[in-house]
Amino acid sequence: MSQAGQARAKSPGRLVVERLLRNPTAVAGGAMIALLILFALFGPALSPHAYDEQDYDHTRESPSRAYWFGTDDLGRDLFVLVAMGARVSLEVGLCASLISLLVGVGYGAASGWFGGHTDQLMMRIVDTLYGIPLLLIVINLMVILGSGLQNVFIALGLVYWLDMARIVRGQVLRLKSADYVEAARTLGAGRVRLILRHVLPNTLGPIIVTLTLTVPNAIFTESFLSYIGLGVSAPNESWGTLASAGARLEFLRSSPYLVFFPAAAISLTMLAFNFVGDGLRDALDPRHVG
Amino acid sequence: MLPFILKRLVTSLVVIWVIITATFLLMKLCPGGPFDRERSVPKEIEANIRARYGFDLPLWRQYLNYVGPLLHGDLGPSYRYQGQSVTGLIADKFPRSAVIGLLSILLSICVGVPAGVFCSVRQNRWGDRTTMLITIVGVSVPSFVLATLLQYVAAVRLGVFNAAGLSHWYDAILPALSLSVYSLAFITRLTRSSFLDVLRDDWVRTAYAKGLAPLRVLVGHVLRNAILPVVTYLGPLAAGVLTGSLVVEKIFSIPGLGESFVTSVFNRDYTLILGVTIFYSTLLVALNFLVDVAYVWLDPRISFDGGERR
Repeated sequence: MSQAGQARAKSPGRLVVERLLRNPTAVAGGAMIALLILFALFGPALSPHAYDEQDYDHTRESPSRAYWFGTDDLGRDLFVLVAMGARVSLEVGLCASLISLLVGVGYGAASGWFGGHTDQLMMRIVDTLYGIPLLLIVINLMVILGSGLQNVFIALGLVYWLDMARIVRGQVLRLKSADYVEAARTLGAGRVRLILRHVLPNTLGPIIVTLTLTVPNAIFTESFLSYIGLGVSAPNESWGTLASAGARLEFLRSSPYLVFFPAAAISLTMLAFNFVGDGLRDALDPRHVG
Repeated sequence: MLPFILKRLVTSLVVIWVIITATFLLMKLCPGGPFDRERSVPKEIEANIRARYGFDLPLWRQYLNYVGPLLHGDLGPSYRYQGQSVTGLIADKFPRSAVIGLLSILLSICVGVPAGVFCSVRQNRWGDRTTMLITIVGVSVPSFVLATLLQYVAAVRLGVFNAAGLSHWYDAILPALSLSVYSLAFITRLTRSSFLDVLRDDWVRTAYAKGLAPLRVLVGHVLRNAILPVVTYLGPLAAGVLTGSLVVEKIFSIPGLGESFVTSVFNRDYTLILGVTIFYSTLLVALNFLVDVAYVWLDPRISFDGGERR
């Protein structure tokens, strides 16, 4: 029975993938993400320079054969720094999506499943947190925790499950009284089995979409925090700190490439994830296919 | 409708109270006192300073001492700027941020809604596709990247605008533009999908069938139904503009509230951080309250106890 069930369950998934592959922007986004991962993994090794290597004879030098992206005001190779920044951003994205998946899905599923007063209370907490802009919460948390990548993870983890919790709760609430769930219950399926095997797989679509859209959000938040000086701290760099350092007016006049490369990296990454997220949403929601 | 408004009002007040209490407690948890300097001060002086700001009192007394004046709009003294009150600082700085923020909100609504309507009417034609592609770029490029880009192109290269400061009215244009692009793009997408939903309804076909002009149908009939998601987006829109202003004001050196908030974070000026957080949150909670009331007023189908529409 489970074999047949799996075979049936796969076909809508394959349909979604097919629809996704027919969407040029989604494919482009996917390719960009693949490139980004390669860049983060192998970029630092490609360059002849180490990320903490300082060349005082070549500070703020334009891109050249020796320094592909140029050097910053401390004489460090910008290519390596941007590649290391890619690592930071991907880690942040991964961390936020894990939190969103573990905490958000669990919280939302519990809230929707139990319903009643438990649901009311749990959602009231989420609503209250929603009342304040997430970035304000994160900034306040960073003030208390101090800057540093680890604290960025903690701060992001404390807020980045909210969206997911809301969406999963809504789906679970809708699905838990569906006929097929009733049928499974009648057949004697336990609570855990009902949630994990019957309800959650049917909310997979919205979960995946939320997940792909959480990643660029988290990457943006990290670079934003780093930009205003609350994120990663020296000597570590992220795209935010690099862009912030390069955006000083005197640098903008003389060496605009300093801000160009990190800024382009952030924008392209966000674009890639948004392309894929959008494509997924269209692929999962047949109404949108024109 | 009145019970609904009252209920929402009470919830909003509770949310604000939670925010005040939580941020107050968090600030008390902060490692290091607000008066830690590189040079240490003699014990007696430190004790005097602590007593002056009431730090020697038990926590609950400190809380009451903070919340009491807060009810009259007094957010306490700034720890860094001697002799200045947080309320005074906010009153001094916020108007500049508000002008830029309102300008960018106006811009995103006035351009975003018509653009979204245009896209929905020409669904999947090239005009729609191009606009959608532009909007996805718009929601992807962070405001600080855009601000730097505008500053570089319009101020440094072309010299059309001033690169920094806020001494003329036109100095507000570049910051407002960089703040509005995300929400403009988002509103365009929101309006498009909402219009597409409504345009499918039967009564729209009826309206066309009885010979109404297309513009009349769109503006007179569809708009009121399809604008609701945009109205609900006003809350997040304001929140986005507000947080965006933190960094955009820094880039354009605008002496607004966002800029002083970021500075206060580095100065560890706790009362200022606390005060601005409370001020911003209250502003947004109040806005969300107004949006909810407006929503119910705009859509008579919604039940007053907050249930689903239709």
